[in-house]
Amino acid sequence: MTPTLGGTEGQKATLPHQAERTPQQRLAELRGGPDVPQRPLDARALAALAANPGCRRRALLDGAGVDKGAVAQALGSPAPFGQSQFAFVRGNAFEARVKADGGAALLALLCAHTGEDCPDTSEVALPDLTADGPAGRAARTRLALDEAYGGWALLDHPILTLEVAGTTAYLEPDALALHPDGGVTVIEIKSFPILDGSADPAKVGAAARQAAVYALALAGPGATAAWAVREQALLVCPKDFSNHPAASLLPLRKQVATTKRQLARLTRVDEIAAELPPGASFSPGQDPGTLTAAVESVPAAYAPECLATCELAFHCRDRARDGGAVEALGRSVRGELGGLATVDQVLAAASPEGPGTDEPAAAALRRAAALRTEALGASRARAEALRASGTCDAEPGGAACR
Amino acid sequence: MSLISALARMEAAASGRAEPVATVRHRHLAERPLVLVPLTTAGETGAPLGAMVGTDRGAPQVFTVAQPRDRDLRFAFLGRLAEALLPHLESCQDEVETIERKETDPESGKRVTVEAELCADAPQLLVPTAPGVDFVRLLGRSMRFRRTAEEDPGTPYPAPPRVPLLGRWLTHYAERSRVPGSSLLLPLTGLLTRHWATGQSHLEDQHLGTLLAWIAPPDGESGAEAARRAELERDGTGQLVRPPAGPATDPAFDNRLLAPAVARYDAGVPGAAEELRELIASQLRPTWEAMWQGVDLLRALPEGAHVPDRWRRDRQSYTHHRDRLRAGEPPQPRRDDAVTAARKLAMREQRQAELEAQEALDDPLVMAVRRLAGEAFTAAVTDVEMAYSEGKRPTPRPLVTLRTEDTPLLAEGDKVHRQLPEGAQQRAELVAEPEPGVLVLRLLSGMGRGKEPAQGTVPEPGDLLCWTLFEHSPRGGPGLPEPEETPWTHGGPPGEQTAEDPDPLTPEDVL
Repeated sequence: MTPTLGGTEGQKATLPHQAERTPQQRLAELRGGPDVPQRPLDARALAALAANPGCRRRALLDGAGVDKGAVAQALGSPAPFGQSQFAFVRGNAFEARVKADGGAALLALLCAHTGEDCPDTSEVALPDLTADGPAGRAARTRLALDEAYGGWALLDHPILTLEVAGTTAYLEPDALALHPDGGVTVIEIKSFPILDGSADPAKVGAAARQAAVYALALAGPGATAAWAVREQALLVCPKDFSNHPAASLLPLRKQVATTKRQLARLTRVDEIAAELPPGASFSPGQDPGTLTAAVESVPAAYAPECLATCELAFHCRDRARDGGAVEALGRSVRGELGGLATVDQVLAAASPEGPGTDEPAAAALRRAAALRTEALGASRARAEALRASGTCDAEPGGAACR
Repeated sequence: MSLISALARMEAAASGRAEPVATVRHRHLAERPLVLVPLTTAGETGAPLGAMVGTDRGAPQVFTVAQPRDRDLRFAFLGRLAEALLPHLESCQDEVETIERKETDPESGKRVTVEAELCADAPQLLVPTAPGVDFVRLLGRSMRFRRTAEEDPGTPYPAPPRVPLLGRWLTHYAERSRVPGSSLLLPLTGLLTRHWATGQSHLEDQHLGTLLAWIAPPDGESGAEAARRAELERDGTGQLVRPPAGPATDPAFDNRLLAPAVARYDAGVPGAAEELRELIASQLRPTWEAMWQGVDLLRALPEGAHVPDRWRRDRQSYTHHRDRLRAGEPPQPRRDDAVTAARKLAMREQRQAELEAQEALDDPLVMAVRRLAGEAFTAAVTDVEMAYSEGKRPTPRPLVTLRTEDTPLLAEGDKVHRQLPEGAQQRAELVAEPEPGVLVLRLLSGMGRGKEPAQGTVPEPGDLLCWTLFEHSPRGGPGLPEPEETPWTHGGPPGEQTAEDPDPLTPEDVL
């Protein structure tokens, strides 16, 4: 099953002002026109998908392939993301090293983990995938997988396609390995280390999510019955402090299921788009006021976790703080506050002379505020008593009364 | 997050200034802490870029690596770092006090009292952030298995002297920092967030600059504005005015300033090494100042009553490590065996429970959190009725009636605990709750051995008492088997402990 995306016939009928346009055209308009290229779902967009699946703003902008970094820049809240060239150089050098000699080291690692007999490099097909444009390269990839069926093959930077939000996204895994039994293993090469047999779980999780998207793309339409994507990807990382590769198999089943569900939610982007005022677009070149209005017309679900994954997070954070939203202080803060959504509402409910509301959280808040005031008052009184008596004992604690 | 700390965050957000979440300092702060601000190279594992080190805020030592990918330069840096850190880490080894300790005699199997040494103090290491603690652990791991030319004349790429020793110390400190309440190695952000709530989220609190801006904003500016500037303000060339507290550097710094300077160094341009040194120091200096500002803020808080008890355990841990080094034991293994790992986890769980209890007893604001959660209550004594246990030797079991406004989660027969004025503990059980807010407790202990309770151990009507549902010194679970008796389910006995091989080094390791 694939996440086929885009509106159904029934929905179109209810949206008369869009009747003559396909969802793809509408999404292209949101980007600023048919000439603006669609941003692929990169690792950051995937991480954002996992971190905050309920945000409509992110869903729409990612689904339409809008360059959120440029939008954030135009809004005056640029995202401070960037990659150090040291990390970039190191990552590329490590990948080149792993793939050197026709991928001999890579296949040896793979076979050591799957228990297969490692083939001689002469038995491994290394198809040339160069072509004009991503569509051509994607076609070459499919062809190469079909042609090499029955033997070993290693595909270096193939291009896969995935239908996301009614448009075709092009994805580029680090490598794919075709096994003689027709299985295809997704290979991810990362530059974080496997130290003493374990790696940073957050980074491994991100790699697994990325590999799951590739696995979904491989299983999508156009997949022949001949080969099938394997449920485990191979993660290749530097071993300890060296440049030698170490590898581990990453189980993908759960990540594939999760990503599939989250991508399926993206099918609703055309519904979200339908709620926009006609003619609204996210083209970064337009008047900032119009752009702000367009961005604000889609509701966001800001949480501090967004800061690490979404380019628009700083814009959303400013809005959340200006509105006094309690989520800006962290998701865990929200838990016990019931229907109280802003800092002012909470503080009003907590104050002893505050308006009596029937909000169940209010009683707990008033109690919390009373206990806090009592404890702070007690400690202040103690400190003053200490200061008044002038007894500054020699203990380190006495520093307070200096 | 508890409702009280959530409320503190919201008050801070509304007022623009951090609010206290503790009224005393819950961690030990040494008189002369050693401050270490490390920086690392992006993309490389355990490749330091520089460090600022010292116990004197006016005179930090700065060490830098001109080309982080050059292994010789890296180890020269670590050698200098060892010369700077080790004298401090070893400074408390010789001043000891003698303590008595219970031990199981290996021959008779009886518990006997033995005398042992305990270092009178232990050196404290402060780093800016939690990733800084991880970096200390990583540095320790990268150094402790290395061999010096003296230890093994045949080793290729020998490490400078004392580098493996520093690796073992840093490993010990990093491992100890995983114990709740320990203070040998602490991140400043962790220390500050324990004592103040800011008007930003917990994730944003990991940024030392914004945290300090909320706690102590500059004159005439709100904490929120100052935090925003500390986080995002860039100068005309696009560089952050307050560089991140590390160990990672800002990518804009890497790409615009550091990379060209490293390229000039590689090309042999005269003066490039000095230029790099100044460049890296410019990224370290603001964090160095921030570290000492944070230390000053923490010093202004009075120390919690149980902090010296916990620091004593840190001193014990320091003494144990000293003894292991003196006994010539091999470096800490890469992975713990099953029994050691289980012991460590059990110990950390126990320390966590102990820490939670002690912090509540030391600090009314922490106790307020427990009261709100129904795990403690304050109550006024309304009536005391003397009663005695049944049995051959009747002992006092007075019944105390209390009135409370708190809502403890108690059922009949549940035990509650309180601290007596002299520091001893008293246990009681709930006998009845005749009406909401009225509790009848039977005192069970802490009244001495006589027929009449000792002076001051039974409350009088009108007294205001604080009872907790949790024990004040929680006990750990059942003991674990000796390593030699590890069951086969856990890999069996670990066998003879041998020194692990160092990491193999090859010429191609360096790009």
